[in-house]
This record gives sequence, C-alpha cells and structure tokens, in this order.
Amino acid sequence: MAGEAEPRDRTWQQHVLRTEHLTRVVDDRPLVSDVSIAVDRGEVVAIIGPSGGGKSSLLRLLNRLDEPTSGTVFLEGRDYREIAPCELRRHVGMLLQQPYLFPGSVAENLAFGPAAHGETLAAETIAELLEQVGLAGYADRDVSRLSGGEAQRVSLARTLANGPEILLLDEPTSALDEAAQLGVERLICNIIKQQQLTCLIVTHDREQAERMARRAIVMEGGRVVGLGPMSEI
Amino acid sequence: MLGSLFSDPLQLGIAQAAVTILLALAVVYVARRSEIHLARETVVSLLRGLVQVVAVGSILVLLFRGPSWSSVFVLLLMMLAAAVTSARRARDIPGALEVSFYGIVAGSGIVIAVMTALGAIDPRMESLIPVGSMVIASAMNSNALALERFRSELAANVGYVEAGLALGATPNRVVVPYVQAAVRAAMIPRIDTLRALGIVWIPGLMAGMILAGSDPVYAAIYQFVVIGMIYAAAGLTSLVSTLLIRGRAFSAAEQLVLGAPR
Repeated sequence: MAGEAEPRDRTWQQHVLRTEHLTRVVDDRPLVSDVSIAVDRGEVVAIIGPSGGGKSSLLRLLNRLDEPTSGTVFLEGRDYREIAPCELRRHVGMLLQQPYLFPGSVAENLAFGPAAHGETLAAETIAELLEQVGLAGYADRDVSRLSGGEAQRVSLARTLANGPEILLLDEPTSALDEAAQLGVERLICNIIKQQQLTCLIVTHDREQAERMARRAIVMEGGRVVGLGPMSEI
Repeated sequence: MLGSLFSDPLQLGIAQAAVTILLALAVVYVARRSEIHLARETVVSLLRGLVQVVAVGSILVLLFRGPSWSSVFVLLLMMLAAAVTSARRARDIPGALEVSFYGIVAGSGIVIAVMTALGAIDPRMESLIPVGSMVIASAMNSNALALERFRSELAANVGYVEAGLALGATPNRVVVPYVQAAVRAAMIPRIDTLRALGIVWIPGLMAGMILAGSDPVYAAIYQFVVIGMIYAAAGLTSLVSTLLIRGRAFSAAEQLVLGAPR
C-alpha cells in the first residue's frame, strides 16, 4: 500500500487500485474527505477506525454504489468512471455486512451475478463454489432455512461467482455470533490466499484486522489519519 | 313526495339538494351530542361540493354545445388535473408530476381512444366526457398507488437492491420484484371492483341509465364495458408510471437515489 506522498513513478501503474483525492459530501457533511490511497495486487488492507469515521462510505465509493463529489478511483490505472458500472462491480466484488440473499435456492443466488451478464453458471461451478465456502450439497436448499453464518458464506460464494479481482468486505462477520465469526473469517482468509485476491476489509475489530491484513488505513471524520503496516498503527 | 311538489326539474333538484343538506346537518347535530365536532368541516365541504358540482354541470352544458373535437382538450385537461392531484401524494419522488402525466395519458388516453375508435363507447361529447372522467379518475388512483408502493418497496429493500447492484446487475433487473409488487398493489382495487360488480355494488352509471329509462340488461353490459375500460386504463397507467419512475430511482451511474442511505 502506498500513501499520497508516494511519487508518481512507474510503481503507481502497478497498483491495482488507487484513489485520488476521493471525497463525498452529503448535505454539507463530508463522509469521505480527500482520501488518496493505493493498493497493490494481492494485498489485504484493513480499514479501521471509530463508527461514523467513513470506513463503509469509502468502500461504497470504491464499488461506485455512491458517487464521489470530487476525486476518483483508478483501477489498473484506468479511471473507473470510464468503466460501465455493472462491469466495474463485477470486477470489484463487494460483500455487505448482511448477506441479503434473494428469495429462492442457494444455487439461484449463486447464479444471479453471472445471469445478469447473460452467463449460465454450470452446476459443477456452483458445487465447486459451495465446496469452497464449506457448504457442499447446499445448492438446492432454500435460503430461508440457512443460519446467519451459512447465509454469509452463501453471500461470499455469490460474490465469488462473478470472478472478482478485488474484494471489498464491509464488516462481513459483525452480524454473526462469535463461533460463526471465526469460521467465516478463516474461510475468507483462505479464499483470498488461494485466489490471490486483492482485498479491502472494513472492520471495527482491531484483532480481526491484525489476523487478516498486513496493512491498515485508519479513518476518522472521513479522513485518513493513519496509514501503514498493522504493527505500526 | 318531492316529485309531486315540484314539476320543474331545476326546482326539484334544489329541493333534493336541500333535503340532502338537512340530512348531513342532522348527522352533525347527532355527532355534536357525542362531543364530536364536525360542523365547520361539514358545512364547508357541503358548500364546496355543491358549488363545484353545479359549476361542472354548467360548464358541461356549455361544452356540449361546442364541436365534438373539443372533448379531446377537455379530456387532456382532466388528465393534467389528475396528474397534479396524483403527484401530490408522491411529492418526494423526483419527477412525479411528469411521470404521473405520462402514465395517466398513456393509460386512460389509449383506452379511451381505442374504445372510441372501435365504437365501443359513444363518441358524442355528452357521453364521452362522463365516461372519460371515470376512466381518468381510476388511472389517477392507480398511478398514486403504484408510485407510493414502488417507493415504499424500494425503501424497505434497499439492502437487496444494493446487493443486486453490487453483483453487477442492472437497476432494471434488481427492481423487477418491486415493479411487480407496485403494479399488483395498484390493480387490487380494480380487480375487487370487477369481482364485486353487480353483487356488492351496482355502479352509478348503470343505476343512472336504468333511472333514465334504459333497458337494464343493456345498462349492465354498458357498465361492464366501462368497468373493463377502467381496469385496462388502471393497469396500463400503473405499469407505465412504475416503469418510468424506475428509471428515476437510479442515477446515470446506476446508483440507488430513491430511498438510498447516505
């Protein structure tokens, strides 16, 4: 990860994700203020800080669920406003705090993203994805019958079904009980490692940040107030 | 009894109105004894209603003397008024007036035009305006119901909508269940009307035709035609309005703007 002060040399081109003075103001209140960060390929970065510090708002901007008031994001050096939003969101997958599974079966949920682009997810691929998240044999199960931890695992598999290169995780375990939290966290870590995904994770749990990421961004009042290796934060 | 006292239709009408007002005032008196105060609202509403309906009757007398093509302008004016009334209920939806106008014109306009062109309804002004007003009023109600339901569905399902968007789906795809719910909710009163037709409810048009001496069977069939038009206009209006408002619920960058968190 690089800070704003890093010179614009060749290494900038290697950053898979970079924000430039990213700002979002709503009703004269800055939710995200002048954030310039860069993330390398395969890196896992934790975004930590107090509630209302702008962590989730920053993540929403990276997925372009919200529009920046000023500044922008570069993906592989390309301004993300030049990329069609649905294409961008396919490559920058986002796992929300709640699973928000659509009514129907687990398989239907997994097939949702690819189907939105006219692709059919093969039964074998669904089985593989479910195996990855520890839910082998769950394909035909109705989502209303899943536990909180299982639902979040399905949500993760649904995001992975799009084959994202960058994964944004917005407090993915905060809605789960303690036992499920550790299970889902371990699962996410394994998948990130196996698939060499670039990942930004918002968490209010510093211990979780230390377990999952090597670097961290500290946000307060919408601004980046700390940036560096976990051990120095 | 009144009929034997007054032979002139205008005098008879005034007498009937007076009796109706007395009846309403009697209700006000009974309510007052139970410490429910309705006097002011009732008097104002009665006077307002009487003035409005007499004014409309007088305008219709003038209109019916005009050329038949002027009914198009009258109906368009009614549609505009319906759109304004309907949009008031969806004030916080951006572009609600425009969407309501297009929806009501598309729904009631197409139905009235097709049925008139086919000769299913009488094209004479004295027939077209009252029937058209019923169709437009129904479209107005359906429009308001559809917009309100769509907005509340989106507000209640922000998480699901954004989960769909985050998976790379287009706004049109993620709101499919909410469009369906809005159109269905707007159609429920119309479906119930059709179901209850003749059993729970003998509509005014049919009653009026029978009172005016028409054959009751013909009056019933004609009423069915009008109720069918009302149904079609309501369906078309709610569908067009919901599809139009759907586009306004999202920004150009496919971000939820209607009912979205900040």
